[in-house]
Amino acid sequence: MNAHSEMKVAAEVAAPASLGIVMNCQLEKVFYGDFLAVRNSVVPIEKNKITGFIGPSGCGKSTVLRSLNRMNDLIPIFRFEGKVTYHGQDIYDKKVDPVVLRRYIGMVFQQPNPFAMSIYDNVAFGLRLNGFKGDMDERVEKALHGAAIWNEVKDKLKNSGLSLSGGQQQRLCIARAIATEPDVLLMDEPCSALDPIATRRVEELMIELKEKYTIALVTHNMQQAMRVADTTAFFGVDISQGSRTGYLVEMGPTKKIFEEPEQQLTREYVRGEFS
Amino acid sequence: MSVSGPTVESNMRDLIAASRPAPNLHRSPLELRALKSGILTALTWIGALLASVPLFSVIYELVVAGGSRLNWETLTALPPSAFETGGGFGNAIVGTLVMVGIATLISVPLGILAAVQLAILDPDSKLTHTVRFLAKVLTGFPSILAGVFVYAVMVVTMKTYSALAGGVALAVLMLPTVVLAAEQAMSMVPKKMKDAAYGIGCTRTQVILKVVLPTGAPGILTGVMLAVAGAAGNSAPLLFTALFSNYYMSSLTEPTASLAILIFNFSGMPYDNQIELAWAASLVLVLIVLVFNVLARLVGRQKY
Amino acid sequence: MDRGFRGIAWASAAFILVLVVYIIFEIGGKALPAMSQYGLGFLTSTTWNVQTEQFGILPQIWGTLYSSLLALILGGVFGIAIAIFLTQDFLHSGLAAVFRTIIEMLAAIPSVVFGLWGIYVLIPLLRPVADWLHGSLGFVPFFGTSLSGPGLAPAALVLAIMILPTVASISVDSLRQIPYKVKEAAYGMGTTRWEAILKVMLPTASSGILAALVLGFGRALGETMALAMLIGNANQISLSLFAPANTLAALLASSFPEAGPVEVRALMYAALALLAITLIVNAVGLAVMKFATRKFEAER
Repeated sequence: MNAHSEMKVAAEVAAPASLGIVMNCQLEKVFYGDFLAVRNSVVPIEKNKITGFIGPSGCGKSTVLRSLNRMNDLIPIFRFEGKVTYHGQDIYDKKVDPVVLRRYIGMVFQQPNPFAMSIYDNVAFGLRLNGFKGDMDERVEKALHGAAIWNEVKDKLKNSGLSLSGGQQQRLCIARAIATEPDVLLMDEPCSALDPIATRRVEELMIELKEKYTIALVTHNMQQAMRVADTTAFFGVDISQGSRTGYLVEMGPTKKIFEEPEQQLTREYVRGEFS
Repeated sequence: MSVSGPTVESNMRDLIAASRPAPNLHRSPLELRALKSGILTALTWIGALLASVPLFSVIYELVVAGGSRLNWETLTALPPSAFETGGGFGNAIVGTLVMVGIATLISVPLGILAAVQLAILDPDSKLTHTVRFLAKVLTGFPSILAGVFVYAVMVVTMKTYSALAGGVALAVLMLPTVVLAAEQAMSMVPKKMKDAAYGIGCTRTQVILKVVLPTGAPGILTGVMLAVAGAAGNSAPLLFTALFSNYYMSSLTEPTASLAILIFNFSGMPYDNQIELAWAASLVLVLIVLVFNVLARLVGRQKY
Repeated sequence: MDRGFRGIAWASAAFILVLVVYIIFEIGGKALPAMSQYGLGFLTSTTWNVQTEQFGILPQIWGTLYSSLLALILGGVFGIAIAIFLTQDFLHSGLAAVFRTIIEMLAAIPSVVFGLWGIYVLIPLLRPVADWLHGSLGFVPFFGTSLSGPGLAPAALVLAIMILPTVASISVDSLRQIPYKVKEAAYGMGTTRWEAILKVMLPTASSGILAALVLGFGRALGETMALAMLIGNANQISLSLFAPANTLAALLASSFPEAGPVEVRALMYAALALLAITLIVNAVGLAVMKFATRKFEAER
């Protein structure tokens, strides 16, 4: 079997009969200028599950995640070769408008980045952007509830979003992202800037959120993946061609990846032999 | 209205919403939001081009109207009177250079010394904070008021207009720029360098003279060049201090010609000869300013 | 020797403080005779007559504020637009550097040269436009008179060109200070480029941009030569954009060289008024700028 059909089989093994695959990333090559950052990776994202991306630094997991909502387009030298299908359409098709795409696929970043406006305005931002005409107060409250932060901010909705603590800011960013009820929520190491208690709250939140949303999560913390991810994709670094190129090594149910991985590299990583 | 968390009804609504039909991701440039964005971008491009037009127009006039009159006579002869032809502005060139020179001699040492105090010796004292604030306020000081001030202080007491007074007025305007640029340059010298010098046993003065000043020299020089460029073009203060003269200067304590005042005087005259000379003088003045600006940029590029 | 050097340095810094105080003191002092003679009526009277020794600077205050305000609106809008143009990924970095140089060169051209250009290039260009506007819309107070030569419009236009680089460069710095993650957040929410600029970037940089506008306004207030050459030196108050007017700085520039002692005293009073206005505006601008930078530092 050649590499291509191997990948296809791998995709089917990773995502058997389930609620369905919302997005399928069929990446062939990703470049930053001349640098090949990631190669040959098929990553299906399943509905209402948390798919975790793990791997050593430089393996391209963030790059792959950001390719799912075309955030990498902000970098001029970025080039994506391959397909990412979302509801059957390739999002990298020339006719697709990334602005429209990002209304359905939200993102939470590593560093909390609330806007320099009130908490209310932060959450309402996406709703206003899309011309929401209904009861704004209700939707804002619902989003803040969904992000498990309502009780802490309900009396100070007019305060600046920047006045909150780091963990609260991140939950505010989550509220902002879910206010428009996107299909998919991409989370790029959302807890790395938070203390352990705030981290735990966000992890609990993720498990609640997956009932309504599909989540793809990048984390450098293996224990976090074990705690929250249903499916795990392990990325490795290929240095055989002289530079560091990331690729998908193995993907499957989290339990299997961590307890009985098929690939040697996976086994070494989850045993902590390298990071 | 009170929503105390998800209810059965809202859950049902959400589930139904979750099974939405596949969204249309295609780009439609006619959609209102994309259209607005496109129009604004076009307007911005137009605005940027419009903003460049005055510069190119000025340059064109300078080169065409001024350049055509640029010759040896123009650069050396004296200003013509009302109905004369020919003539030049040699005395104005000399006057400008001399007065800018005086201004530099006064403002640069003073400015650097003050910056030493602000950046190195006592960066947190009340005096430092006050002076720093005042220097920043002074950068917006109307140039004409510098002229009025020096008039009151020097011209009246000396009972004559003079190049010296003109130089002092320009120095007042150059000083804030020099101080702020020098302070900035000096504060960027890494602490490690200074610590190393202290470690060898240098006094504060030696550290300043042997480490801080040489290292910060590019930044300081850049500031000085920019200040000089600004002073050369400054005419308002000279109105009350150096006035004007139709002859080459013979001493520092008499009214002195300058390019800026010549342009000002000639611009209002209804004689073609004078207008042509005004343009030629403008060209020379802009070239002087340009040279210093370019020097400033070249010097600034050499990081230590 | 060490102590001597440090003493000189301290003295130099203190000298600056002394200088500012001296300036205020000197101009104020020279203005005192006129202040006691004319009182506050000086600020509200409209005649400037050397023979009858009646002096008032209301038209000049009006001219200063009106011309600077017009310049601020035009120069401010263009300055901010250019700042957006330079910082929000509209240009390749090479082209952006070229454009930045154009703006810096604009800032380097001396005021007199702009005045000369205004007289011989701008006013002739403006006249047909002004005549058309006056002819068809003359009932609107802004177009109430015709443009005979110098006037408010060419002066305000040149003033706008001169403060544009100031507004642009401070706004550029302010926009550059915004952390990259804020831009990511905006685009991540699905904004178009201009939605990100107008709804996120500009509000985030708002205090810095406000400072740019205030400082630009301050520069316009103190501008002298180009205005003296273009504004017409007429001591009158008019809403018309094409009427000649006068500013405090231009009044000083044009009247001083030939003023007798009586007029000089009145001019000193005018100088004090100009000093007060510009100092206050500049101080306010600096305070706003300090507030703006502190806002970002607190967030880190």
